[in-house]
Amino acid sequence: MRHLLSAADLDRDAAVHVLDVAEEMAATQRRVVKKLPTLRGRTVVNLFFEDSTRTRTSFEAAAKRLSADVINFSAKGSSVSKGESLKDTALTLEAMGADAVVVRHGSSGAPHRLAHAGWTRGAVVNAGDGTHEHPTQALLDAYTMRRHLRGGTGDLAGAKVVVVGDVLHSRVARSNVLLLHTLGAHVTLVAPPTLLPVGVEAWPCETSHDLDATLLRGEPDAVMMLRVQAERMDASKGSFFPSAREYSRRYGLGRERLGMLPDDTIVMHPGPMNRGLEISAEAADSVRSTIVEQVGNGVAVRMAVLYLLLAGELPGGDA
Amino acid sequence: MKTLIQNVTVGGGQTDLLLADGVVAAVGPGLSADDATVLDATGLRALPGLVDLHTHLREPGREDAETVESGTRSAARGGYTSVFAMANTLPVADTAGVVEQVQRLGEEAGWVDVRPVGAVTVGLAGQQLAELGAMADSRAAVRVFSDDGHCVSDAVLMRRALEYVKAFDGVIAQHAEEPRLTEGAQMNEGTVSAVLGLRGWPSVAEEAVIARDVLLADHVGSRLHVCHLSTRGSVEIVRWAKQRGVQVTAEVTPHHLLLTDELVRGYDPVYKVNPPLRTQADVEAVREGLADGTIDIVATDHAPHPVEAKDCEWSAAAMGMTGLETALSVVQHTMVDTGLMGWDTLVDRMSSAPARIGRLAGHGLPLEVGNPANLVLVDPAARWTVDPAAMATAGRNSPFRGMELPGKVVATFLRGRPTVLDSELVTP
Ligand SMILES: [Zn+2]
Repeated sequence: MRHLLSAADLDRDAAVHVLDVAEEMAATQRRVVKKLPTLRGRTVVNLFFEDSTRTRTSFEAAAKRLSADVINFSAKGSSVSKGESLKDTALTLEAMGADAVVVRHGSSGAPHRLAHAGWTRGAVVNAGDGTHEHPTQALLDAYTMRRHLRGGTGDLAGAKVVVVGDVLHSRVARSNVLLLHTLGAHVTLVAPPTLLPVGVEAWPCETSHDLDATLLRGEPDAVMMLRVQAERMDASKGSFFPSAREYSRRYGLGRERLGMLPDDTIVMHPGPMNRGLEISAEAADSVRSTIVEQVGNGVAVRMAVLYLLLAGELPGGDA
Repeated sequence: MKTLIQNVTVGGGQTDLLLADGVVAAVGPGLSADDATVLDATGLRALPGLVDLHTHLREPGREDAETVESGTRSAARGGYTSVFAMANTLPVADTAGVVEQVQRLGEEAGWVDVRPVGAVTVGLAGQQLAELGAMADSRAAVRVFSDDGHCVSDAVLMRRALEYVKAFDGVIAQHAEEPRLTEGAQMNEGTVSAVLGLRGWPSVAEEAVIARDVLLADHVGSRLHVCHLSTRGSVEIVRWAKQRGVQVTAEVTPHHLLLTDELVRGYDPVYKVNPPLRTQADVEAVREGLADGTIDIVATDHAPHPVEAKDCEWSAAAMGMTGLETALSVVQHTMVDTGLMGWDTLVDRMSSAPARIGRLAGHGLPLEVGNPANLVLVDPAARWTVDPAAMATAGRNSPFRGMELPGKVVATFLRGRPTVLDSELVTP
C-alpha cells in the first residue's frame, strides 16, 4: 500500500499490523532516548491547508522521533478556491523531494486527488479532508480501545461502540465506522436526523436518534462523543437543531447519562471539546475518560503509519 | 454545388440523395447527376442534421474555454447543423446587442446555424426580467429564454416570464434547482456522497422546482421547457403534467443517460456536473422517459472548461462536461443498441423535436425533396475510442474519454455544403 487515504484502505490484517507496530513504537517512547534512526534521510512534509495544531504537532513529533526531516508547510490563506493551489503546492513539494506528504485539507477528496493526479510521487497520508475522513484518528481511537476493552487483549471483535453527535460533518465518525467494522466491532451512530447524512443506511453500522435508549439497551464498551461543528452550521445553512440547550439535553453526555453506563465503559472524544454542549466537564474529566490518553496514542500510531508506508511494509493494494 | 449520396440508408430502406442548391433535390434509387460530387454511402445512415437546444459556446467573455468558432466546429463534427447557444456568457446574453453578436459570430464561422438563447433575467441575477421582447424582435429572433446555470427560483418572476413570452411564442427553459437545497452541493445526495463526504445535491431540489413550474405553466397557459432533467421523480412529474395537458417539454443529456454517481468515487472532477450524475435507477428512468416521449429531446449541455478548471481538487473544480462530439454515439449506445428506441425516434429526439421546441425553421425536417439539405451521415457499425485531445472543441473535459462507443459521424452537410467529410472538418 502506497498511501493512507481512507480507513477503508486497510483490511483487517493491515489494520491489526498498524496497531501492533504502534504498540512497539509506544514501547520505544517509554525509553530515555526516544528517537529511532528508522527514517533518517527521508523527508516528511506536513501540508496543512487548514489549521490544526493538534494533528500537525502529532505528525511532526512522530516523524521526528523516526529521525525524518520534517517540513511544515502551512498553506492556509493561500486561496483554495483557486484550484491551482493544491496542485502547484504539490509540485513544489515534489521538487523538494518529499517522501511522504501528510495532508490536511478543507475539501473532501483532496488527498485522494493528490495521490492519484500525478502531482507527487510521495506517500500521501490523509490527515483529515473536509467532511470525508481522518484515518489516523480512527487508528488512534482503535488503539486506545484495544488497551482498555476486552481486558486489554487487543481484539475488538464484538466490542460495542456508540458514536454520538454531529456525524454529518464528522470525518472522524466516517473513518471510525469503517475501521471498527473492519476490526469486528459493532458501531451505533446516535444523532438527530438532521446530523446524519442521507445515505448513512449503507454504512456498516446501526443508527439511532435516541441516546438514552441506546445507552440503556446497548451496554456499550465505549462511548465516543463527537464535536458539534458549529463553524459548519451558520444560520445560512439552516438550523440543524433548535438550540444548544436542547441538543445538550438530548444528545449531550452529562452526569445522568454517565451514571447509566456500565462501570468499565470508556468515554472518548476526538477533541477539541465543546464542554457543556456535547460533553459535560464531569464526563470529560472522569476516570472513564480516555480523552487525554488519545492524544498521546496519536504519536505512536502516526509513527507506525509513517514507518510502514515509507518502508513499504504495509500489505494491501495501491490505495 | 451538387452532391450525390449513393446507397445510403434513410429510414427503413436504401436510396440515393441528390443535394443541390442547398436543398434535397431528389430522393430515390439509381439517381445520377453529371456535375455532382459522388459519395458512396454504403453502410451509412442519413439523418436530418442534429439540433442541440442546449450548448455553451462561452463567447463572448470566456474564449479561454471555447469560442463560437471552436464550439461550432465541434458541433459539426458531432453531426449537428444547429445549436442554441446558452446565455451565461460575459457579458450575459440579456440584450439584443449580445444575442446579435453571438448570432453574427455563428454566421461568420459558418459551421452550423447558431441560435442564441436569451437570458430570462438581467445578468442571470433572478431579480428583474431582461428585455425579452427586444431579443425576440432582434435579428437573432430569440425564442428560447433561459437563465441556465441558475434557476429562476422566484415564483412570481417565473410566472411573469412564462406569461410575457407568450406574446412572441417564446419558451422558458428552466434550469430546475432549488438554490437553498443545493447550497455548496458537490454531487448527487445519496449513498455515495455519504461515503465521500461531499455535500449532496438532492433529487428533490430538481423535482420541487419542476413540480412548481409545470403548475405555473398550466396556470398561465404557457410553454415551459425543462433543462437537463436527471431524476426518476422528475420524469414522473413531467409525465403527469403531460397527461394533464400542460405545455411542457423536457430534455436529458447524454451523460445522464449513461453515467452514474458511482464514478465520483475517484474524486476525478471530469465527472463533476450540474445537475450531478445520479443513480442507476435514475439512469433507467430517464432512458425509459426518453423512449416513451415523456422526455422530448436529448440536449448536450456541452460545457467546455480550460484544463486548469478541472486539474485540481474536486471541490475547487468547475462543473460541466463537453458533449457535442459524443452525443450521437452515446444515444446510439444507450437507446438504439439497447433496443429502447429506433433510429426514427432518435431523429425525433435529436433533430425534429429540438427544432420544433426552439421554433427553428429549416432544421429537423425529413430528408424529402425541397427541404434544406441539413443532414448527417453516420456509420452505425463503426466503433471508436473517445480521445478528448482529438476533438474540435477547446474543452478536454469529456467524461467519456477512453470509452469505446458505437457510431461515427462520417459527414455533415449544412444547406448542401459539407462541413465534415470522412469525419474531418471541411474548411468552408
Ligand atoms: Zn443548467
